[in-house]
Amino acid sequence: MSHEHVSNTKRIWFVFALLSVVTIVEVILGIYKPAVFHLNHFLGMNLLNWIFYILTVFKAYYIVWAFMHLEGEKSSLRWSIVLPIVFLILYILFILLTEGDYIYGVFKDSTIKWNF
Amino acid sequence: MKATVTTANSEEKTWGGGNEPMGASYGKLMMWFFIMSDALTFSGFLAAYGFSRFKFIETWPLADEVFNHFPFMHGVDAPMYYVALMTFILIFSSVTMVLAVDAGHQMKKNKVVVYMFLTIIGGLIFVGSQAWEWKNFIKGQYGAIETTGGSLLQFVDKDGKRVALADFAATLHEERSQLKRSDATWFMSESSLPSYSVAEVQAGFKAHLELLIRTEVIYEGSAEEAKNSTINHDLSKVKFKTVLTREESELRLAQAAHVVEGANLIRNEYGNKLFADFFFFITGFHGFHVFSGVIINIIIFFNVLLGTYERRGSYEMVEKVGLYWHFVDLVWVFVFTVFYLV
Repeated sequence: MSHEHVSNTKRIWFVFALLSVVTIVEVILGIYKPAVFHLNHFLGMNLLNWIFYILTVFKAYYIVWAFMHLEGEKSSLRWSIVLPIVFLILYILFILLTEGDYIYGVFKDSTIKWNF
Repeated sequence: MKATVTTANSEEKTWGGGNEPMGASYGKLMMWFFIMSDALTFSGFLAAYGFSRFKFIETWPLADEVFNHFPFMHGVDAPMYYVALMTFILIFSSVTMVLAVDAGHQMKKNKVVVYMFLTIIGGLIFVGSQAWEWKNFIKGQYGAIETTGGSLLQFVDKDGKRVALADFAATLHEERSQLKRSDATWFMSESSLPSYSVAEVQAGFKAHLELLIRTEVIYEGSAEEAKNSTINHDLSKVKFKTVLTREESELRLAQAAHVVEGANLIRNEYGNKLFADFFFFITGFHGFHVFSGVIINIIIFFNVLLGTYERRGSYEMVEKVGLYWHFVDLVWVFVFTVFYLV
């Protein structure tokens, strides 16, 4: 068990500082929307959104690892939590986003105008 | 009390119970089970949001035009500051929670009390902020027109700045009656009449020659669009909403069907109808999680005060509610990105 009763306060404040800085960076990017990132695309999504998603996953990692203290759990517990979640989320995102994009194409290229 | 305390006696009786192959107690493992299923629920919601957004990718509202209020700064365009503050508050309450867990490991009751209290306060401020955000969203700021075809028209001046209906709508002395359930043919009614009628907005638009209409469509600056003479190319910015020429604006406004003010589950002045539905549903569901988290935290807080865990010899209960509280924070990180940033 991870209950060796040592205080983690230093790490906690470090993670807090890190998460705050990342949030501030996100907000600044969101307000100014630098054209370099905003107008250039990679795999159908603009670079700004890629940055936002990467920073989000970065924050999520620190919340789960440091605050929820998965880093101190046995690796069997760690992976039985992380793997199914990651796999299922990627799966549902892939299916729904592909399908959404397909329906967008149907609306755009056919005679259906609107709207449900 | 023994059952609630983590006991590591895996030496003997592998099949006799009391054995923890993952090194986590029953309660903690079940909290993880719950968190996993809840995480999948939320990802289902967010994926559905992504689906609808991809479906209407050319007309989806832009977040920084919708959420631009800040307390005590009336009329100032402050995109995202407020929601950044909310995010910060929630992260901070997560920090005080993990400090409470940490103090619990060292059996320092007074520290646990203080940190739990701060966590509860942070949670309450967050829920209150969300209520304020909803209030602004529901009330709206500018108002818009929905056409018979179901698309949404907003109004801008010659500089491309948004104009509220109240600033130009004419006052026609006409009788408008609210549709009541008792007057309706089928189960129909309307909750309230908008401040202006369609005719008043149309008359006001005719009288103010400098006004233009902004559509939902996001301007891409493509060659095809450059040839389109109905678009005002000076005011339309790439990746922002398309502004029409005056002639085209008049044509579009002739098809007006409804005056839309603020947001409800049927239509909203920001754009796509589904946008408000998803906003209400997902932030509402998250807000409900925060609310129930606060309630659970209060219960545990009183248990700490009463010395329940001191007597039990373990503050693991604080750790378990801590897991839930961090999860709520984790979900917010994603909601924040998906609704406000992207």
